[in-house]
Amino acid sequence: MAAKKDRKAFVFLLLLIGFVLAFAASLVFGQTPVTVEQAVHSFLSYDKNSTEHIVVRSDRLPRAVIASVTGASLAVAGALMQALTKNPLASPSIFGVNQGAIFTVVIGIVFFSVTSLASLAGLAFLGAAAAAVIVYFLGSLGRDGLTPVKIVLAGAAISALFQSYTQGILVLDEAGLQDVLFWLAGSVSGRTLEMLQPVLPFIGSAIVASMFIGKAINLLVTGEDIAKGMGQHVAALKAFMGLLVVLLAGSSVAVVGAVGFIGLVIPHAARFFAGNDYRWLLPIAALLGAVLLVAADVLARLLIMPQEVPIGVMTAMIGGPFFVFIARKGVSGV
Amino acid sequence: MKREGTLPPSSFSLKTRTGRVLLLLFLAVLCTCILGPMLGNTLLSPLQVIQTIAGASGGANEFIVMNSRLPRTLVSLLVGAALGVSGALLQGVVRNPLAAPDIIGVTGGASVAAVAFLTYASGSVGIGWLPAAAVCGALLVSMLIYMLAWKKGVTPMRLILIGIGIAAIMSAMTTFMIVVSSSVSAAQAYLWLTGSIYGASWNDMYAMLAAVVLLTPLALVFAGSLNAQQFGDDTAAGLGVRTELDRFILLFISVVLAGAAVAAAGAIGFVGLIAPHIARTLIGRTFAPVITASAFLGGLLLFGADVTARTIFYPVDVPAGVFTAAVGAPFFLFLLYRNRNHF
Repeated sequence: MAAKKDRKAFVFLLLLIGFVLAFAASLVFGQTPVTVEQAVHSFLSYDKNSTEHIVVRSDRLPRAVIASVTGASLAVAGALMQALTKNPLASPSIFGVNQGAIFTVVIGIVFFSVTSLASLAGLAFLGAAAAAVIVYFLGSLGRDGLTPVKIVLAGAAISALFQSYTQGILVLDEAGLQDVLFWLAGSVSGRTLEMLQPVLPFIGSAIVASMFIGKAINLLVTGEDIAKGMGQHVAALKAFMGLLVVLLAGSSVAVVGAVGFIGLVIPHAARFFAGNDYRWLLPIAALLGAVLLVAADVLARLLIMPQEVPIGVMTAMIGGPFFVFIARKGVSGV
Repeated sequence: MKREGTLPPSSFSLKTRTGRVLLLLFLAVLCTCILGPMLGNTLLSPLQVIQTIAGASGGANEFIVMNSRLPRTLVSLLVGAALGVSGALLQGVVRNPLAAPDIIGVTGGASVAAVAFLTYASGSVGIGWLPAAAVCGALLVSMLIYMLAWKKGVTPMRLILIGIGIAAIMSAMTTFMIVVSSSVSAAQAYLWLTGSIYGASWNDMYAMLAAVVLLTPLALVFAGSLNAQQFGDDTAAGLGVRTELDRFILLFISVVLAGAAVAAAGAIGFVGLIAPHIARTLIGRTFAPVITASAFLGGLLLFGADVTARTIFYPVDVPAGVFTAAVGAPFFLFLLYRNRNHF
């Protein structure tokens, strides 16, 4: 047991190093080559006449931070969802959270000329929560409760529904389309740290809170009857987890748009390292999510220079095949 | 032995309910050919439309009817018919009421091929090859989905789950090409992906007509085997039906029709899902009439969506796909609810 714990701690440490490396790579690589030395100097002795310093501070640092935060947040949201629904295919994008949030944000921008980032984030929460609740409700109808297939199908239909409304609105307001197109595809570029600010308290507190409920989740996933027998307030725990999911997924989509599959892939990868022990699984998933999204963003910049692949496309290209793999393997249980 | 599966000839006779429903649907389709050209910013009378089509009128009406509204009406009917038949075949073959070409990624494959064609090849190769590219894309992706879903046979559930995964990858690839390409206006491509019959030409009409007129009868020929397959593979084999080959041919027809529809109108969703369901509600489960009725109903549905799309928000031409999804997605959820104990 102690050896296993050591192994998990070792993995955690390795991931931490991986994260630092990915973060550094994100500051250094890109269309404007920057040396490590210049990157360091841009923080220690900022020179506003140096192109490299400006690039690092105003472009690369924000996107590295945003990718880290949203990657961690989506990964934890996915892990919580998979525990909550006992379903290996559950994740924010499968639940239609992205399209729900995009729909409410587009409504806010087009009809109510909302520009304040805090209000847009609030709208994104609303849409994300609405989509997730509808899909959860539809998926749990019927004799067998929440089956993977029902959730995936309900999520696909809700996504299609919200997407069609979004498309309808954007067609009527073509000027708005060009602005949100890159965001519809999901992107971490062209964003400032101010955009992260309004949602950071939510993401931060939700991630911290999720680190404390690992033990309770362990009990929950062994079976609700057992958990109830042990005196756990199952309904309260599930509601709390649902709230965390909405906060995490809603905040992320408000900042980066439709970035899918992180929440699907990462918990599985984390389970590979940490087993089903949620005390370790959640922190490892958070780190792994940050590493993956930062690395994907670096790759997205380098693949087709001077252009960029939208990060949502990158994650779908990684996550889509993974989804197919799990669906093929069979989805009887987590 | 194969006669067991084929339908009795009386199904198409007017003495049966099925025959009467099919006749009514056919008449409704004929009416839309007049109704479609009537509606729009300038309202025309039925008489004016008939005169114009017959060549007796001329002037402004002739331009509106012959260059814009008539081809658009016909293309919406034919694309809808292709999607309806495609969906009916798919639902029959995979024996799942929630299957449809757009849900399991077939439409996505066609879209990727079509957008790739528009982005990378339209300068060097004539635009006439677009349908061929879309159909090839649809075929390739369907083969991929079928192979990935194959694990000592294909279960409908696995096929749908894997199809949804592939659809997500296809949509990412399409988004990628749209965002990155400078040659296609991103906004235009985005609209096209929603599915629109805007700017339908007579060439689109002829291509769709060829696909629907050639492939629907072929599907009807093999429909008998579908009837037998409803009872399961073993029963079908016992009845002398060559399940795998017939299934393959039917899937092939379904995919080609979906691909052709994408080439003409973009990725229009949910018509292929809804039309067969209405058809079965109206006339039961025998496949040949269901396929025929799905063709008529698909046409009528898309016609309705397109007319709504181009009149309600005039002068903005909302993609018809917005309306098919707005109606189709709730319908899909209703189906999911009705089948809630089977998944």
